[in-house]
Amino acid sequence: MAETILESQPDLLIDWKKSDRDDGGACDLRTEEMLVNMGPQHPSTHGVLRIVLRTDGELVLEAIPHIGYLHRCAEKIGENLQPFQFVPTTDRLDYLAAMNNNYGFSLAVEKLAGIEVPERARYIRVIMAELSRIASHLVSFGCYGMDLGAFTPFLYAFRERERILDMFEAACGARLTCSYITIGGVTQDLPERFCETVSEFLDYFEPKIDEYNQLLTYNHIFVKRAANVGVISAEDAIRWGLTGPCLRGSGVKFDLRKSLPYDIYSRFDFEVPVGLPGGSDGIPKEVRVGDCWNRYFVRMQEMRQSVRIIRQCLEQMPAGEVKAKLPKTLKLPANEVYFESEGARGQLGFLVVGDGSAIPYRVKVRGPCFCNLSITSHVCREVLLADVPAIIGSIDIVMGEVDR
Amino acid sequence: MRSPWNPAYKDRAIRLFLVLAGLFVAVAGVGWLALSLLGFGREPLVLLLVVIGPLLTGAGMFGTAMVIRHHAVVGGLLKRLALPIFLGGVVGLVVAIWVIALLYQYVDGIEAAQSESARQVFTWFGGPLTVGEIQGYLTGGPATRGGWWGVPAVLLWPLQFQLVRDIIGVVGVVGFVSLVAMVAIWGERKVSADMQSRLGPMRVGGWHGWAQSMADGLKLIQKEDIIMDGADKPLFRLAPYLAFVPALAAFITLPFGTYWIFRNLDVGLIFILAMLGIEVVGVILAGWASNNKWSVYGGMREACQMVSYEIPMGLALLVPVMIAGTLRLTDIGELQSGGFHTWLVFSNPFVFAAAVVYYISSLANCKRAPFDLPEAESELVAGFLTEYSGFRWCLFFFAEYAAMFVVSGLATILFLGAWHSPLPFSWAQAWWGADWSQWTLWQKALGGILFSGPLWFVAKAGFLVWVQMWLRWTLPRIRLDQVMYACVQVLLPVTMVLLLGASFWGLLVKPGTLVAQITNAVLTLIGAFFVAGFFAIAAYGYRHRRRLVGNMSIEALPGA
Repeated sequence: MAETILESQPDLLIDWKKSDRDDGGACDLRTEEMLVNMGPQHPSTHGVLRIVLRTDGELVLEAIPHIGYLHRCAEKIGENLQPFQFVPTTDRLDYLAAMNNNYGFSLAVEKLAGIEVPERARYIRVIMAELSRIASHLVSFGCYGMDLGAFTPFLYAFRERERILDMFEAACGARLTCSYITIGGVTQDLPERFCETVSEFLDYFEPKIDEYNQLLTYNHIFVKRAANVGVISAEDAIRWGLTGPCLRGSGVKFDLRKSLPYDIYSRFDFEVPVGLPGGSDGIPKEVRVGDCWNRYFVRMQEMRQSVRIIRQCLEQMPAGEVKAKLPKTLKLPANEVYFESEGARGQLGFLVVGDGSAIPYRVKVRGPCFCNLSITSHVCREVLLADVPAIIGSIDIVMGEVDR
Repeated sequence: MRSPWNPAYKDRAIRLFLVLAGLFVAVAGVGWLALSLLGFGREPLVLLLVVIGPLLTGAGMFGTAMVIRHHAVVGGLLKRLALPIFLGGVVGLVVAIWVIALLYQYVDGIEAAQSESARQVFTWFGGPLTVGEIQGYLTGGPATRGGWWGVPAVLLWPLQFQLVRDIIGVVGVVGFVSLVAMVAIWGERKVSADMQSRLGPMRVGGWHGWAQSMADGLKLIQKEDIIMDGADKPLFRLAPYLAFVPALAAFITLPFGTYWIFRNLDVGLIFILAMLGIEVVGVILAGWASNNKWSVYGGMREACQMVSYEIPMGLALLVPVMIAGTLRLTDIGELQSGGFHTWLVFSNPFVFAAAVVYYISSLANCKRAPFDLPEAESELVAGFLTEYSGFRWCLFFFAEYAAMFVVSGLATILFLGAWHSPLPFSWAQAWWGADWSQWTLWQKALGGILFSGPLWFVAKAGFLVWVQMWLRWTLPRIRLDQVMYACVQVLLPVTMVLLLGASFWGLLVKPGTLVAQITNAVLTLIGAFFVAGFFAIAAYGYRHRRRLVGNMSIEALPGA
């Protein structure tokens, strides 16, 4: 017993298994299972996720996610609007990384309609998408600290995120629901001194990542809480269709920007961080590939890679047009296109079916959060109650995208 | 949007107060008339009660009406004077408490000055002194009654009874607990804000939102008292009191100075530990009575956490008790009056370690982060507090902050030199005489600030409370099995070893020997190094506060 507790992954089921036995003599205390409704109004379900927990004391035997509390018929709206009218709706999917959604949808429509995007617009889009990724990962980092009971990192994360949102506001007037990236380019050129502001921010932000790693990532309690919890093996991750940091946290080196480079991502030099076993490169020894800590740490490293990409963009960005010349009503050819891009939370796919008119016949969204969330009931099995927020937080869901 | 404040209310309030003022003035007039007719007009005490009192009350009512009418001017004035009001309040409070203590001494002095024969004349009031005797003492003549000296005599007269002193003491304790809770809640918000590059409360009260807690308290009293249909109503009502009263009761025997104690029990330490132990019942009851699954989780977590951590906490406290040889907290405090190096924490390595163990256990005992599992926000919504709102919730909150101060106070008394400053008290005795009761007033005041006094106790305990806040806003929360692991497999064996080690140390190393002195010196140096390091880092942080905090709170927010 002492040995099992000393390990980070204690055998929590000892008593439970005992009580399951028929002779009844082995256990001195009979316990009853209890169904607990976690959510839809709960501080750590990141929105309106509802999870029904079957618990035995502090032990969670089963966790079943129930979704649909934020369903707003985004796909149906897509069948009734012209593509450029649908762009604002994509903002509301993953509202923490709106630019990435705009970007993915625009790329899909451009591929369907065969639109050539001006060079400058392409770079602006990448800058925006990566800034958006940083902002999204910052929220994820802050919220994850909060899920584990550390409140302060959350406000540090929001302090940096405010600056990114300020830049978005300067570029397009909106902070959260930007709709800046649109079909054929971006809505308007960057404001004056935008590039300088961005590079100032990057210079300020990059050392801060180390600070946050000191504050939270390598914190002993944090490591104890997140390491070796909710371990997802690489096979499981692929089987459940996990993408993004959740997949890479399990050690699978798959990032669409690198593996199947779209748009101009092949021009940039960056790395794809993956989950690593403990003990190497200063990683705490309790850590295992595919646990909550690794999923979290992949995001921290990705922020650094995004900084690298933005720096290269700023260097290479040419002057010129920012939007392709498009007809007033863009007629979509009778064809269909499925395009996936690497969003902040994974592979964000858009299926756009045209029928010759300006309005698509079908728009289907493949939300990464939806697929990532599906593994919850597999991982949240026989864990402690306190691990459930830790696991859900590490999967980093946005309910706007799960429910659409 | 229309303001909820109806201007008609204002006029109605002004009218009400003016009418009341007129009534009181009328009462005073009638009283004066009656006194003149009955021939009592020369008696100052009666005059004071019947005429001057109502007159002053009437003036107060008139003043209130004027304040309401010109509230904008008064508000602006108050805001401009916010800092002086705050500082004046703090200093005034300290002085007021001190004045009461001096008054007690004065009355005792009168008592001692009376001869035995004089005391036997009038004893039917129950006290040793009559008003006449006090008045005689004040005027320096024989025992008389009446005249202007009768007023202070009447006011001083009740102070000789123990019951009156107890009532004043209870009011003082309750007031102090409330004050501690309010200041600590405000402090918690400011500390967290400082750590998170925010500003925290800035508006209420003018100077850094110092009156925010009062405003919150007012709001909480006004809130609807919600009790769930499914709740066990009697227990639901009982639970907050079971949490709050023990926290309050712990202050009964918590000394703030050698003579600054409500009841000096010879088992003071045990009493405080017992009171802290009862508090858990309220929390469990709250969790159960709420009839909410999250609350039950919170209550059960609290139960298992408290029961486990009381053991290392109690054992760690035994280590200094073994050195002191007493459970009376004032005696333990007096042991440490010889300056920084005589603080018990430096007496041997085992006490030094026990201080750390005690502090960790006390965090768990007060449900403070990283042991805040019973109310873990991200896991249990609000734990046992989920269904509580309004003033009942406020009582739990008060109890938490009161308990924080109690455990910090215990740490101060048992480890950190109690109410003594780092300077040895013997210096003061060398300068001003061995018997402090013979010192002059300014010597006593200076001695209280420089050498030993309640201010030092409050400052040290306040510092430890601040450290608790510091930890809370830095660390993530520990999981339940890790909490139990830390207690049962780490702290408990460690405290056992400490207890054993301290016993052997007491047996083998006699005080005053070379080993004891060297250990004491080394530990004192380590302690001094910690203190100096703390101040150095704090000074560095203050010097670079603009760079460290980030630009958001400096550029983006008004009033930074």
